[in-house]
Amino acid sequence: MTATLTPPPRSKPKAAKRFRAFARRWWHQLTAMRTALLLLLALALAAIPGSTFPQRAISAVDVSNYYDQHPDLAPWLDRVWAFDVYTSPWFSAIYLLLMISLIGCILPRLGVHWKALRAKVPDAPKRMSILPYHRTLAVEANQSMARAVLKQRRWRTTVREAEDGTVTIAAEKGQLRETGNLLFHTSIIFMLVGVGAGSLMSWYGNRILSEDKAYCNNLQQYDEYGLGAWVDETSLPQFCLTLNDFDAQFTNGGPTAYDADVSWEATGGDGAVEEGDYALEVNHPLNIDGTNVFLIGHGYTAVVTYTDRYGQTQTLHQEFLAMDASMNSEGAFKFPDVNVNPDTGAVDEDAEVGFDAILVPTYEDGGMLLGTDPELNNPVLALTAYTGDLGLADGQPESVYAINEAQIASGNLEQVNDQVEVIGVGDAMTLPDGSQLTFDGVEQYAVLQVRHDPGGPVVLAGAILLLGGLLPALAVRRRRFWIRWNPDGTVETAGLNRNDYDGLDEECDELTAAIAPGHEPPQASETDDSIGSQQ
Amino acid sequence: MTGAEVANALFVATIVTYAGAMFAYAVEYAFDKRAPKGAKRLAAVGAAGDTDDADLIPAENAPISPAAARGAGRLGLVLTFLGTAALATSIVTRVVYTGRWPWGNMFEYTVGVALASMVTWLILVSRGTVPRRLGLFATFAATMVLGTSVRVYTEAGPLVPALDSYWIIIHVTAAIVASGILLIGCVFAILHLVKRRYDRQVSDGRPIRFPLNIAERLPDATALERLTFKIHVFAFPLLTFGIFAGSVWAHFAWGRYWNWDPKEVWAFIAWVVYAAYLHARVSGRSAKANAPWIAILGYAVMLFNLTAVNLVFGGLHSYAGV
Ligand code: HEM
Repeated sequence: MTATLTPPPRSKPKAAKRFRAFARRWWHQLTAMRTALLLLLALALAAIPGSTFPQRAISAVDVSNYYDQHPDLAPWLDRVWAFDVYTSPWFSAIYLLLMISLIGCILPRLGVHWKALRAKVPDAPKRMSILPYHRTLAVEANQSMARAVLKQRRWRTTVREAEDGTVTIAAEKGQLRETGNLLFHTSIIFMLVGVGAGSLMSWYGNRILSEDKAYCNNLQQYDEYGLGAWVDETSLPQFCLTLNDFDAQFTNGGPTAYDADVSWEATGGDGAVEEGDYALEVNHPLNIDGTNVFLIGHGYTAVVTYTDRYGQTQTLHQEFLAMDASMNSEGAFKFPDVNVNPDTGAVDEDAEVGFDAILVPTYEDGGMLLGTDPELNNPVLALTAYTGDLGLADGQPESVYAINEAQIASGNLEQVNDQVEVIGVGDAMTLPDGSQLTFDGVEQYAVLQVRHDPGGPVVLAGAILLLGGLLPALAVRRRRFWIRWNPDGTVETAGLNRNDYDGLDEECDELTAAIAPGHEPPQASETDDSIGSQQ
Repeated sequence: MTGAEVANALFVATIVTYAGAMFAYAVEYAFDKRAPKGAKRLAAVGAAGDTDDADLIPAENAPISPAAARGAGRLGLVLTFLGTAALATSIVTRVVYTGRWPWGNMFEYTVGVALASMVTWLILVSRGTVPRRLGLFATFAATMVLGTSVRVYTEAGPLVPALDSYWIIIHVTAAIVASGILLIGCVFAILHLVKRRYDRQVSDGRPIRFPLNIAERLPDATALERLTFKIHVFAFPLLTFGIFAGSVWAHFAWGRYWNWDPKEVWAFIAWVVYAAYLHARVSGRSAKANAPWIAILGYAVMLFNLTAVNLVFGGLHSYAGV
């Protein structure tokens, strides 16, 4: 910047001018390398809270648990987007600034690079001996041979002939470094576009599916789902899935393979029906017309039959949630419409029955209740029964995996047994009114995730470009090499590093020897050594 | 002996051998008084062999002669080779015993990082890029890593289904090799900072006390800084590729290529910090002076991701088993 003493002309609208100067100054600030550096570090810092607080986008359940555990703190954290870090205004601000800075950095460099690629290779300074590598040859060097050697080694060359008879070949190599660098930085933007588009146009749904059950792809049928802003829920692809069989294999108490045998049937936009069978495994999603079905979990389904005091029976297939790696699982059985007197048809609201239950896949008699083996070697149910009003009719959404605690606390539900009752398959728990819960057996269920993300391929392509650009950006070295035939008959060669790297002298010596076969590369002399590779 | 026992015995042998190497290097480092030699050796590309140099500074009253000290250094190098071979054999034995790729839990991962770092080191020494006696610091770092891994020892067993994929070879190997190389890079960043501090003390005429006097025998600060940079330049694409491969795998195994799982968050942070390091180096003098600190910060993040994220945060990666 040069300071000027002349006062600025006053007649022009000052504000606009000042604004432009202001904008220009900020633009320079923003696109400076140092700013990029600070923004990068700020981005790293800003990402941290996302790993320390539960994130809504990952698990809404964890967030509501956090609310339960820290009722005072949670609302405050929520106000600063601690549960939505990666979509928060402050995180977005940092990466948007970084993107602007990046674009502001790339655009001018693209122009410069484009020109440099087609420009002539700059000439050597008059006094070539000031360059880091310099030799005066004691032997003849043939010009056409020099050109051939450089061409064969893919150097870009410019030949200059001066009026006094001086001929200089200027050669340059390593432009690919900047090309790679620009590709690398551009692909970051590309990837971000993919991520952004993906979040608008993608949708997913999670579904727990027991063996021999089927469901069809619409939002009501999912236990949990998410839709991008641009997704129309009525236009989701039409398909239905059936889980024919699920098999989990265990070795030494650890799972080694899950196989879900599924059938699917899809109706395309043109009404054509396609169907197929697929062996769904972890790491091997099923692709139905661009929508992927993943196997992301599994669990046990307990089958029980309740025989009420009038002898009426109801069978329930109830999914249980694993509490630990040994698949000790929790769940609940709820029977809201039992104990109806068949003679009178009178509904007794306080005769509803529910059971809180723990399913232990391998129970050891006389040991602890919870087992250590996830396989179904001796499954039992540990039951606590309640009678009264389950509270299902009040319209409040509630967990299907637990009896409503509020109903117990309010006295609407009465606990029947003080001590949990443990029953095996085929056994029954008998309540004081003579009704019975029989443990019929255990089935398996698979947790499926169905996801469609059109941004994925864009991000993938961007990532491949990023890697493809990064390697030359870091590995390629830019350097220049000159040969000059002086009018006095001497020949000089010189070399210059444009990046910080070793081996310039070796390379130039080798080139010189190839161009002038009689030339003996000198033993590294004192001066060479002191310049050495230190650039 | 079962395969697992053989693997464990070799593992213990590795630690003992590295400890011996460390001691031998320490003897060379302390008693081979050829002070300014290191810098030149770093710059000159040549064999790491010992030449009897004219500018050898005779050490008065040293209990060990420079020649004997260099003998100790050679022994240290041999021990480093032996220890590294034992470590590699230990891992191969685990593979044979379990019949699977050996990166299934945190213990195995950590052992892999130690191996990668020592192989990197031996390549650097063999190419004459670094003086042998600096093996003192490399073996120290690797032994620390191995010592830590003992704390998370896990019986060799089968893998959970999500890990049963060829992506484990691609993703985890890239991450391990990158971490191993970056460990060496971090060692050089630290050595550079120590030497820089030492140089400043000397030029200020301030007294030099233990432990800073150790720096006297370190190579030239500029050379150390450039070496730090080169190692990071080499490792950064590997780290990038490792994260990329992890993301592809996450698509197949968990249905999402990026889910801000704690492991992913911290890998992202590490990547951004290392990118900041590479930028700092070309962002002017003061940023360049701070660059080694950013590199060290980067490794701190890597270590945090390996330890705290596995042990404390949980998330999808924690099934890796401690
Ligand atoms: C998401 C943000 C960014 C990431 C992850 C990133 C990453 C990288 C990486 C890995 C390199 C290679 C290092 C090297 O060539 O020495 C690099 C180089 C470079 N970056 Fe960035 N960068 C980002 C943003 C920016 C921005 C905003 C600018 C401009 C203000 C910028 C300017 C440069 C320049 C000039 C180089 C070349 C350095 C050289 O020639 O050695 N970068 N960047």
